[in-house]
Amino acid sequence: MHQEGLSASQTKTALKLNTKDNVAIALTDLAAGDVCRVREDHGETGEVGVLEDVAFGHKVALADLAQDAPVVKYGEEIGRAGAPVRKGGWIHTHNLYCDRGMK
Amino acid sequence: MGDTFLGYPRENGAVGVRNQVAVMASVFCAATVAQRIAQNVPGTVALVHPLGCGQVGNDLEMTYATLAGVGRNPNFSAVLVVGLGCERITAPELVLGIAESGKRVEALVIQEEGDTLQAIRKGTAIVRDMAQAAGAQRRQECPASALTIGLNCGASDTTSGIAANPALGVASDKLVAQGGSSILTEVTELIGAEHILARRAVDPKVAEDVLAVIGKSEAMLKNRIQTSCSARRNHLITTGNYEGGLSSVVDKALGGMMKSGSAPVAEVFAYGDAPTRKGLLLLDGPGQDGEASTGQVAAGAQIICFPTGRGTPTGFPGVPVIKITGNPRTYSLMKENIDINAGTVITGEQTLREAGETIYQEILAVASGKPTKAEALGHHEQFCIARLP
Repeated sequence: MHQEGLSASQTKTALKLNTKDNVAIALTDLAAGDVCRVREDHGETGEVGVLEDVAFGHKVALADLAQDAPVVKYGEEIGRAGAPVRKGGWIHTHNLYCDRGMK
Repeated sequence: MGDTFLGYPRENGAVGVRNQVAVMASVFCAATVAQRIAQNVPGTVALVHPLGCGQVGNDLEMTYATLAGVGRNPNFSAVLVVGLGCERITAPELVLGIAESGKRVEALVIQEEGDTLQAIRKGTAIVRDMAQAAGAQRRQECPASALTIGLNCGASDTTSGIAANPALGVASDKLVAQGGSSILTEVTELIGAEHILARRAVDPKVAEDVLAVIGKSEAMLKNRIQTSCSARRNHLITTGNYEGGLSSVVDKALGGMMKSGSAPVAEVFAYGDAPTRKGLLLLDGPGQDGEASTGQVAAGAQIICFPTGRGTPTGFPGVPVIKITGNPRTYSLMKENIDINAGTVITGEQTLREAGETIYQEILAVASGKPTKAEALGHHEQFCIARLP
């Protein structure tokens, strides 16, 4: 019987919320090896090869980020890279630092 | 030519989007009498609460200001205030505050009438007369600039910050561009993004006010954490937030702030007060859903827009609450409660701009009389007055 849900062959999409952003938000669970389309409000603006699993709602890097580079979502800095991140990598608390509100 | 809706113009120039008579208790002791009177007359809504006595100082004054503000809200055509007689916030005192709006308002004091039944009988007659007068009023074409919406949210999830909130921000910007107003609050949830909101202030004084209210809220929170037994928790971000994909406090705060779009902040004002300017306004109010809505209604908001990721059924007596979810699954599970599915942004059926346009058109439709699902099902949970320590 055919399984419901997204199969590897289906198109996967991530949402880039602001043109200045260097991350996009996964709109489905992404797996390493996926080619993910990047959608902006004015249309699709490219693809990113996913390097590691990125869960729904989590961030995938749209560019290579150097250590301490600003991570930009909604057009604003939400933290900085705690380690170098490659385009297609997962960005979250393990490699993003932001002390604001944590002390 | 600007956008319009069909509303009820009031004596003071404000416009109601509903035309109900309110029966407001000045004190909790009058709640049942107020409810019974409202039940007796169709087109009437009860405004009851647990406060009005045993309060002092700023807490008492804020309760008074909030009750008077809610009574002045143009959605209510007339108001009967029911008091007991010996309470802190008396019915005649509230009548004075509500009468500033120019609408009909009367007091009923239980101890003066004799007992529950006599008070209900007299109150029913007064409200019957008010409801007949309200029923004779007709909707007229009014400019969208007469609208004030409250921005609120509750039961948020991952989709709130990426679909429902940014789509509501698009709708809020459209209303502000028409000359209308939009009230942002839930100040504790803005902590971490205050520098970004302050940058949007219309002038340096408003920028200072933005930083001051958010700073005060953070200081109060820190004080409470230090004096509580839960000092090990982070009170701004939860494990569930992290699991959902939020990576920092700034990330979370921005997701909430997206409800306010990109309009400049015109004014910051206190809970219980009404703004003096139009545009995007910041109310110094708490994060609890009902308390936030109540402050917005007291400030004159005729409609509350309410993104909810996991879904909540609540409504406000006499004020439409438009529920918006960014979560397609929540929309299908809670179809009877959710008005707008902005989960179309997740599934790719709509862009944020298109979802925002859908919300804006729904605001105009609801303003013209379309009942929200919370209204149709009779949900009234959000009338909750915030307290001061």
